[in-house]
Amino acid sequence: MKARVTITLKNGVLDPQGKAIHHALEGLGFSGVNDVRAGKMIELDLADGTSDAEIEDMCRKLLANTVIENFRIERA
Amino acid sequence: MQTAVIVFPGSNCDRDLAVAFEQATGKKPHMVWHQETSLPAGVDIIGVPGGFSYGDYLRSGAMAAQSPVMRAVSDAAAQGRYVFGVCNGFQVLTETGLLPGALMRNAGISFVCRDVRLKVANTQSAFTSLYDANEEILIPVAHHDGNYFADAETLDRLEGEGRVAFRYAEAVNGSARDIAGVLNEAGNVLGMMPHPERRSEAAHGGLDGKKLFDALASTAR
Repeated sequence: MKARVTITLKNGVLDPQGKAIHHALEGLGFSGVNDVRAGKMIELDLADGTSDAEIEDMCRKLLANTVIENFRIERA
Repeated sequence: MQTAVIVFPGSNCDRDLAVAFEQATGKKPHMVWHQETSLPAGVDIIGVPGGFSYGDYLRSGAMAAQSPVMRAVSDAAAQGRYVFGVCNGFQVLTETGLLPGALMRNAGISFVCRDVRLKVANTQSAFTSLYDANEEILIPVAHHDGNYFADAETLDRLEGEGRVAFRYAEAVNGSARDIAGVLNEAGNVLGMMPHPERRSEAAHGGLDGKKLFDALASTAR
C-alpha cells in the first residue's frame, strides 16, 4: 500500500525558493506565471492496514513542521 | 560544574563549542554522541552545536531532533538545566519543540557567512547577564536557514515576555522582527543563529561572544 504526502508552506510564509523559481521562469520568457510555491513530496510504502491516523501522526511528528507547513495525504 | 556538547553526524562546530565551554568553566566538556540515551550525571550546561546534522535532510535539524539523545536533553531542560543551541543547534531546538518558531531558508536565498552586528535585547537571562542593556556586539553568522519565523501571536508573546535575547542590527536573513536568538519560557534554554564561540578569544579578532559563556558558567556554578 502506498501513500503520497505533499508538504507545502502555509499561506503567508515567505517562500524564497518559489520566488527564485518564479524569477527564473520569467527570465526564460514565461510571462504568464502569477506566483510559484515550492514544496516537497514524500512517497511511503506502508504495511497493509496502516490507518489514516497513523500516517497523520507521521506527518505531525516528522514529515512536516506544522509551524510553517501544511501536509496532504493521498493514498495511491 | 560540568558541561556536555552533543555530537550528531554532520556537526562541525562541536569542537569550537567545547573550547568555549572549557575556557569558561576550566573543565573539558563531555562529548555526547547522538545515539546516547542519557547524559553523564551532574551535567549543568548542554551545548547543541552548529553544523549540518544528518546533512540537513528533510529540514535543517529535523532528523537530529528525533535522535535518542534529544529526549535526554529535553528531560534535562525540563529539570532546569541550561541548554544552549547555536546555529544548527538552534534549528534542532525548534524542531524538538524546546523553543518556539522555525528557521526557514534565508530571505535572500544565499548562504550568509560574515560578521554581523547584534543588539543584546535581554540582559536578565543566565546567558546574557554580562552584557549591557542594548549593547551592540559583533558575532559571525554562517547559515542558509536562519530566517526566523513564528506567527504574530507567538512573536508578540516572545517580545512581551522578554524572550528575544538577541536581534540583528542589520539586514541578514529576513528574520521576523530581526530576531537572532530566543529563550524558552523558563529562561534556561537559548537558541541563536550567530556563533558566539567563534568570537571568544583574542585570536578571533574580538571577545564579544565570550561574555555569554562566562555568564552561563557563573550562573550555573
